[in-house]
Amino acid sequence: MSRLLVCAPDYFRIDYEINPWMRLSNAVVPERARAQWHGLMRLLEDKIGALLERMEPMPGLPDMVFTANAGVVVGRRAVPSRFRHPERQREESYFEAWFRDHGYEVTTLDKDLYFEGAGDLLGLPDAWFGGYRQRSDIRAYGRLSEIFGREIIPVELVNSHFYHLDTCFCPLSGGELLYYPPAFDRYAQAAIAERIGEARRLVVPESEALRFACNAVCVAKQVVLPEGCPETIKRLEARGYTTHPLPLDEFMKAGGSAKCLTLALE
Amino acid sequence: MAQTQETVVLHGHIIDSLILAKVLDTILMMGGTFDLTDVKIGATREEPSHARIVVRAASGRLLAEILEAIQPHGASVERESDCPLEPAPADGLFPENFYATTHLPTQVRLQGRWIEVEAMEMDVGIRVDRGGTAARTVPMGDVKRGDLIVTGREGIRVLPLQRPKERDVFSFMEAQVSSERPHGHIIADIARRMRALRDDREAGREGSKVLLAGGPAIIHAGGREALAWLIESGFIHVLFCGNALAAHDMEAHLFGTSLGFRLSAGRAVPHGHEHHLRTINRIRAIGSIEKAVRTGVITEGIMAACVRRGVRVVLAGSIRDDGPLPDVITDSMAAQAAMRAALPGVSLALLVASTLHAVATGNLLPATVPTVCVDVNPAVPTKLADRGSFQAVGLVMDAASFLRELARELGWKA
Repeated sequence: MSRLLVCAPDYFRIDYEINPWMRLSNAVVPERARAQWHGLMRLLEDKIGALLERMEPMPGLPDMVFTANAGVVVGRRAVPSRFRHPERQREESYFEAWFRDHGYEVTTLDKDLYFEGAGDLLGLPDAWFGGYRQRSDIRAYGRLSEIFGREIIPVELVNSHFYHLDTCFCPLSGGELLYYPPAFDRYAQAAIAERIGEARRLVVPESEALRFACNAVCVAKQVVLPEGCPETIKRLEARGYTTHPLPLDEFMKAGGSAKCLTLALE
Repeated sequence: MAQTQETVVLHGHIIDSLILAKVLDTILMMGGTFDLTDVKIGATREEPSHARIVVRAASGRLLAEILEAIQPHGASVERESDCPLEPAPADGLFPENFYATTHLPTQVRLQGRWIEVEAMEMDVGIRVDRGGTAARTVPMGDVKRGDLIVTGREGIRVLPLQRPKERDVFSFMEAQVSSERPHGHIIADIARRMRALRDDREAGREGSKVLLAGGPAIIHAGGREALAWLIESGFIHVLFCGNALAAHDMEAHLFGTSLGFRLSAGRAVPHGHEHHLRTINRIRAIGSIEKAVRTGVITEGIMAACVRRGVRVVLAGSIRDDGPLPDVITDSMAAQAAMRAALPGVSLALLVASTLHAVATGNLLPATVPTVCVDVNPAVPTKLADRGSFQAVGLVMDAASFLRELARELGWKA
């Protein structure tokens, strides 16, 4: 069973602008955000069969709802994030405390070694990939590779709309990759193509990439993704995946969607 | 001349991710160059790789821009350390682990600052002054006990030569020496440089000297008048040679022969083989070549021109010398030191028809000085060109033809 860490959007709002999606003038409608978040949770628990671990939201930390950025968890070991923006740095201690309180062996990175958790580090059976340049520092992957004893291929993110790896790159349970190539520089595109054969690469069209089609949660053959991505759904279903489109536009106001709202604990 | 450089390191999964390729491409695209000095590829996929890259650029500003551009891809400037120094254990002895120089421009790091090594020369050591503010090459034999000598390889930078700005024969890699290449344009380029250097010299500019190291074949082959003219006309300022060149030059004046052969007729004259000995004996009786010229005994030729024009002459002896002439330095280490002392300010070296003097001079010169090596034996220019300089030009040709053509390019009428 898949265990996911989530955090309710009690204090979710736009308090600052740290990515191109955020506009202070584009306020979150709290009722709608809550309804969309609960819709996602119901789906994950009831249809997907995921086990949800809920952490306490904190006032004044609106982005804690995006638990994908809490850190990265492999087995019983957790490495909490080191956020680039001071606005999110105050979340670090809460995430770290949660990992410790839940019995994880916590390894911390140096203060100035930016690393934004499972938002930027994603694994396929062939290799792990680490997004850098927008948020995480490439040097973090050398350290993480030592900690986990795994190969991590750093890939450069070149478009600020796709500021985390999980906004444009989604490994699927069958070994396929759902991704949006123009979010990467040509070296990263070549490195990805070298590791993942063409038949396993599902390219998302630009219009759907901008709706965060890649910010999907995949558990077994079930994929939860934001609504409005018909081409992506077609491609996923052709590969035998069952898709669950959901309205999550309140979270897009902060530059996040389904995947950003969860952290895989397995 | 020298470029600025910095060493960076890259660590992690840099091969399959193409991060190393990206960093190297970035350096080149921005107009820099690099040397991959150390690459360790991880033995398994999990094991990280490691690369050490020397980044070079024409200016400090460009270098800073390049470093800034590659830094986000993980290229960090390597932590630098001062070069280790050890005292010489005895006179004439380097510490065991001494650093042996190349002829390329070199810097050493002392108290956190990069200092240019003075008087660059290959196959010697580097001595640092007591205050640790200056560094200079030192030959093994000149070391004094307790001198601080650079050891190991840390804190030492060897800078490659930049191609010269002038678009002439020296600006191309002339490593291959061929007897089948036309010489005309090469000699014309050399003449152009010599004219420019003479103008500089007349204007009192530093670093405008031309050195010629030559063998006695210059006289036998008929290059004496041309060389004497080049010296009289102010194109040559330092002359390195042996006993023979000077002896046959003065023999030609006193007896009209070179090693007993009548220069004008080209045949042996009776008792001609004694002429060079009689010449040497006469000069020994006078006391010095300079005195022989000043007193009117020797009035024309290469030596006379040198004395009249104040050309610095170093006569280095060898074991087959007759006499020798009183000016010849027979202690070869003392001769080497005299040659070394005459080098500051030399900006062009012509090494003509002497294996011994050409190689000795080549070893003493920093790579920044363009050299022209002329010999009928291709092995000599090849040996000199192999020193790894952009600026070593080799000509396989007869010494007299070279000097006459060069002199004609510069206005000699003969």
